[in-house]
Amino acid sequence: MTPAVKVSGISKTYGSLAALDNIDFTIERGSFFGLLGPNGAGKSTLINIMSGLTNATSGDIEVMGHNVRSEWRKTRMTLGVVPQELAYDPFFTVREMLRLQSGYFGLGSSNHEWIEEILFHLDLDDKAKENIGNLSGGMKRRLLIAQALVHRPEVVVLDEPTAGVDVELRRSLWKYFRALNKKGQTIILTTHYLEEAETNCDRIGILNHGKLSAVDEKSRLLNQYPYRLLNLRLQEGSDKNIPEKLKEKIVSSENGDICFRLHKENDKIGDIMEELHNANVKFIDLHTKEPGLEEVFMALTGKEND
Amino acid sequence: MTNWGGAYTLFKKEMWRFLKVSIQTILTPVVTVLLYLLVFSSVLSDRLEVYKGVDYVKFLIPGLVVMAMLQNAFANSSSSVFQSKMNRNIVFMLLSPLSNLEIYVSYVAACIVRGLMVGAGVWITSFFFETIWIHNLALVLVFGFLGCGILGALGLLGAVCSEKWDHIAAFQNFVILPLSFLSGVFFSIHTLPPFWEKVSYYNPFFYMVDGFRYGFLGVSDTDPIRSLIVASVFFLVVSIVGLLILKSGYKLRE
Repeated sequence: MTPAVKVSGISKTYGSLAALDNIDFTIERGSFFGLLGPNGAGKSTLINIMSGLTNATSGDIEVMGHNVRSEWRKTRMTLGVVPQELAYDPFFTVREMLRLQSGYFGLGSSNHEWIEEILFHLDLDDKAKENIGNLSGGMKRRLLIAQALVHRPEVVVLDEPTAGVDVELRRSLWKYFRALNKKGQTIILTTHYLEEAETNCDRIGILNHGKLSAVDEKSRLLNQYPYRLLNLRLQEGSDKNIPEKLKEKIVSSENGDICFRLHKENDKIGDIMEELHNANVKFIDLHTKEPGLEEVFMALTGKEND
Repeated sequence: MTNWGGAYTLFKKEMWRFLKVSIQTILTPVVTVLLYLLVFSSVLSDRLEVYKGVDYVKFLIPGLVVMAMLQNAFANSSSSVFQSKMNRNIVFMLLSPLSNLEIYVSYVAACIVRGLMVGAGVWITSFFFETIWIHNLALVLVFGFLGCGILGALGLLGAVCSEKWDHIAAFQNFVILPLSFLSGVFFSIHTLPPFWEKVSYYNPFFYMVDGFRYGFLGVSDTDPIRSLIVASVFFLVVSIVGLLILKSGYKLRE
C-alpha cells in the first residue's frame, strides 16, 4: 500500500541557509505522526512544501501516492492543513466561510450536510451565523480545523493546533483528532507541547537545523534513550554527603530535591542506593521516572545540557 | 482536470465581499463621480463644445463613467488580495485545488462585475444632469469589459507584489490615477499641445476611455477599431504577465 506521505530527498535553501537538507522519510496510512523540532528546525517549511505553499529546491513529496508538484490538484484534494496562525476572513460568517472553502474544492450543496456535521462535532453549530471576527481565539482555532476538514481529506496536517488554547478546549480537540485518526485519517502533528505528541502520536520524526535527527515508532525512540531518572528528596544537610562520583550524575538540584540521570545498563539503582547509604545520605522520599519524549528530544537536538 | 466549480466559488466570494460593503464599494464611487459632474457641469457646460454637437457635459459623462469603472475594478482586486495577504487568510485559497488561471479569472471577473455595476450606477444617476443614450451597446460593453479586466488584473498584480498598504497606495496614486486622469476623461487630446497629444497615444488608458466614449457618443479622438486592438493587446500582455507572476509563486508561495 502506498504510504500517506513519502518525502524523498527534500532540500530547501534560502540563499546560503539550508532550511531543509536532504530529508527522507515516510508516513504510513492511518498513522498519528508527530513532527517535532525546535524553532527554526524546518517543520513549517516541510509542511508548506507538502501543501504546495512553498516550492522545494530539490526532492519530491508524494501525498497518498500523488506528487505535490506534478499532481498538485490531487494532492490538495487529499490534504487538509490547519495553519498555525489564526487567519480568517472578516467579511464572512462561520457557515459562509465553510461553504466557500468547500466550494474551492469544487464541492457543491451536497457537501453542506458534512459541513453541518463538522460544525456540530467542533461545537461551532451555535456560532454558525456569527461573523468570524466576533469569535474568541478558541472558536477561531476550531474554525481553522473545520476549514481543513471540509473536503474530507485523507491526510490532516495540524501545525501547532493547540497553541494559545485553554486546557478544556485542548482536551476536546485532542479527543476529536484521535477520533479522526481512529476513523482512518492520517494525522501529521507539529507541536511544541511534547507531552501532547507523546500521548497521541504513534510515530515521531525529529527535525533539527534542517536535518532529520530521528524518525521511528514512538516506543522504539523512547527505548533508544539509555537513561532513567532517579529523584530523591533529601533530609536537610544530607546533600553535602553525596559522593563526588555520584555528583556527576545529578541533572538538577533544588531545595533538597535531587535528580540523578542513571544509565539503564551501567548504573544499578541498588548499587546507587547502597553508595548513598554508605555516605550517610538520608532521604525522605524517592521515585524513578522512565524517559519521556522530552528527554529524547533534548538529547537528539543537543539541548540536554542547556 | 479543471476546477471551474472552485473558480466560480472564488468569483462568488469576491462578489459577495464587495456587495457586503456596497455603500463603500458601489455607492461611494457613484456619489464621488456625481460631485465631479456637478462641479464641471456648472462651471464649463456653456463654454465648451468638444465635438460638433457634443457639449462638455455630454463629453464628460462617458469619461467619468469609465474612469469610475477602471478605478473600482483596480480597487476591488487590489484591496481584496492585499487584505487577504495581510490577514493571511489567502492561505485557504492557496491550499485549495485552484489553478493560477482559475484564480486569475475569478478575481478579474469579479472586478469586471463591480466595474460594470459602478459604471451603470454613474450612468443612470448622470441622467440628473443630461440624458445620454448609448450609441453602440456592444462597444460600450466590450471596452467596459476590457478596461475593467485590465485594471482588475493590475490590481491583482499590485496586491501580489506589494508588502505594505503604502506600496498599493503608491501604485494607485502614482501609476493608475495619473494614467486615468491623463487619458482624455476630462478633455479631448486634440486640445492638448502637439507634444502632449503625441504622448497621450502611448497611454493605454486613453484607448480604453476613447473607445468607451465612442460607444456612447459615436464620436471619439481616434478610430475605435484601433482602440479595440490596443486595449485587447494590453489586456493580453497584462494577463500573461499576471499568470507568469502567479505561476512563479512570487510573494505568495515562498
